Amino acid sequence: MALSGRTLFPGRAEGVLLKLGAPLSFWGGVDPDSGRIVDGRHPQRGAAIGGTVLAVPRTVGSSSSSAVMLELIRAGHAPAALVLGQVDAILIVGCLAGRELGYACPPVLEMAADRIAGLATGRYRVAAGNGDGVLEKIGPSG
Amino acid sequence: MRLTDDQRAFAEGRHGEAAAAALRIVADTGALLGAERLIPVSSAHIDGCLYHGDSGTEFAEFLYRGGGRVRVPATLNVGSLDLLRPETVLLDGHRRQMALRLMRAYVALGCRATWTCSPYQAGHRPGAGEQVAWGESNAVAFCNSVLGARTNRYGDFLDIACTITGYAPEYGLHVKANRAAKVLFTTDAVSDRLKGEDAFWPVIGALFGRRVGDAVGAVDGLGGFAGEDRMKAFGAAAASFGSVALFHIIGATPEAPTRDAAFQGAAPEEIVAIGPAELRQALDWLSTSAGGAVTAIGIGSPHLSLAEFENLLAELRGRTARLPFYANTGRHVVQRLDELGYRQQLDAAGVTIVADTCIVTTPIIADGHGVLMTNSAKFAHYAPGNIGHEVLYGSLSDCVETAVAGRVVRDPALWR
Repeated sequence: MALSGRTLFPGRAEGVLLKLGAPLSFWGGVDPDSGRIVDGRHPQRGAAIGGTVLAVPRTVGSSSSSAVMLELIRAGHAPAALVLGQVDAILIVGCLAGRELGYACPPVLEMAADRIAGLATGRYRVAAGNGDGVLEKIGPSG
Repeated sequence: MRLTDDQRAFAEGRHGEAAAAALRIVADTGALLGAERLIPVSSAHIDGCLYHGDSGTEFAEFLYRGGGRVRVPATLNVGSLDLLRPETVLLDGHRRQMALRLMRAYVALGCRATWTCSPYQAGHRPGAGEQVAWGESNAVAFCNSVLGARTNRYGDFLDIACTITGYAPEYGLHVKANRAAKVLFTTDAVSDRLKGEDAFWPVIGALFGRRVGDAVGAVDGLGGFAGEDRMKAFGAAAASFGSVALFHIIGATPEAPTRDAAFQGAAPEEIVAIGPAELRQALDWLSTSAGGAVTAIGIGSPHLSLAEFENLLAELRGRTARLPFYANTGRHVVQRLDELGYRQQLDAAGVTIVADTCIVTTPIIADGHGVLMTNSAKFAHYAPGNIGHEVLYGSLSDCVETAVAGRVVRDPALWR
């Protein structure tokens, strides 16, 4: 079943869904050198976000998260795509800066937090076009 | 997005390649956020100078090479190096070189080399109602709440893009109607004695931040106790534990002379009563260590003011710290410490003054797996993830007594 969302940054990508169980600040919460969650209070500490379809119901914290996003993009540890429960300009600015530098940046979709909460585990495809985009399950996680 | 002639000139590259890229970033962000136009801003505080990897340096040098220069006055947030005392920071060869190039690139773009997360105490104080573009979450909270200037949370890259173009998207907290409080926090059950303790403010700030998220809240009952450094600590806590960009302290902050003013005449959508039980819970969030041992003390997030150094010297009473003790501040204060003879006293007491940067943003503490004691909620929030330290929260007095004794000393009576 395909779910529609609003395109925040265009592109197409696929990956295994990683749904965050608690709000995350990328700065201080994600190690840009490894793409792992390092926030000691986060329930998914240790998980690698690189190459995933990262579903984020809510972000928090520092305005340095744009820089962590850009560095994840440059170093190859960025999520394949992001699905956000609310517009987070700080993360998307990382993509906008990456675009100016010529890097391939992950597509970003906005979708209601309750629909994100209902996503089943598995492999997903994101197709974020002009204006609207689609999130579609394409297989099991393995 | 409707662009004016001046804005179109930027977009069309008439001010150079970097200015065109900057305008694209500002306009695209504005479109995402539903802004219909860009508005002029009169100053900026730039949070792009911390080294998170080579991409930040690459972006700043891309702007410089493309002819980018600041169009409005801009101060700089911390970098990853202490330029006054380079040996303080343990960054290795490549990272150190790239961190220095990053800091130099922002100065070359025309920003002021302030290197502080407390720019509002380094002479950068926009007036009430002024439209500005600030980054660094605590500085944003202070700028909006305590100064009454208007900014959203400008992250790295967007802040310099606004500074180069002199424009920001008109949305969010740039618009007066969005600055009204929605959530009221009451503190009737908190004693006046506790409200008058500096250590209370980061704790209630963390509680406020976690409850309110990114909404605007107002706190009642604190007006008579709210000094500038206390509100600074509150805002830093609220912006770390939540996404708070604007708070109102009724009777203290400029948009909240009364409860009615804070809510712009509307009724609160939610009322949260804060009492001893809530404060005890928030106090637990600020410590990850059970308090068995401490390996270092860190204060000054946000960067210490001169008054906070005077409090530190008063607590030390000429005694010497047996544990590593890091006091983080900006060069605007270091200069005053030298002039007043405080530097010698701090050196004699074994206090390491860290300037231009801070202990949770760059490698300064050699041992990566210790326990950091702090009176800062922001340090308490970020030290575990950024520098792998457990944290123990305490008052300034607890921090000093622990440093002097070389073992944990905390006054539990403070929280009764």
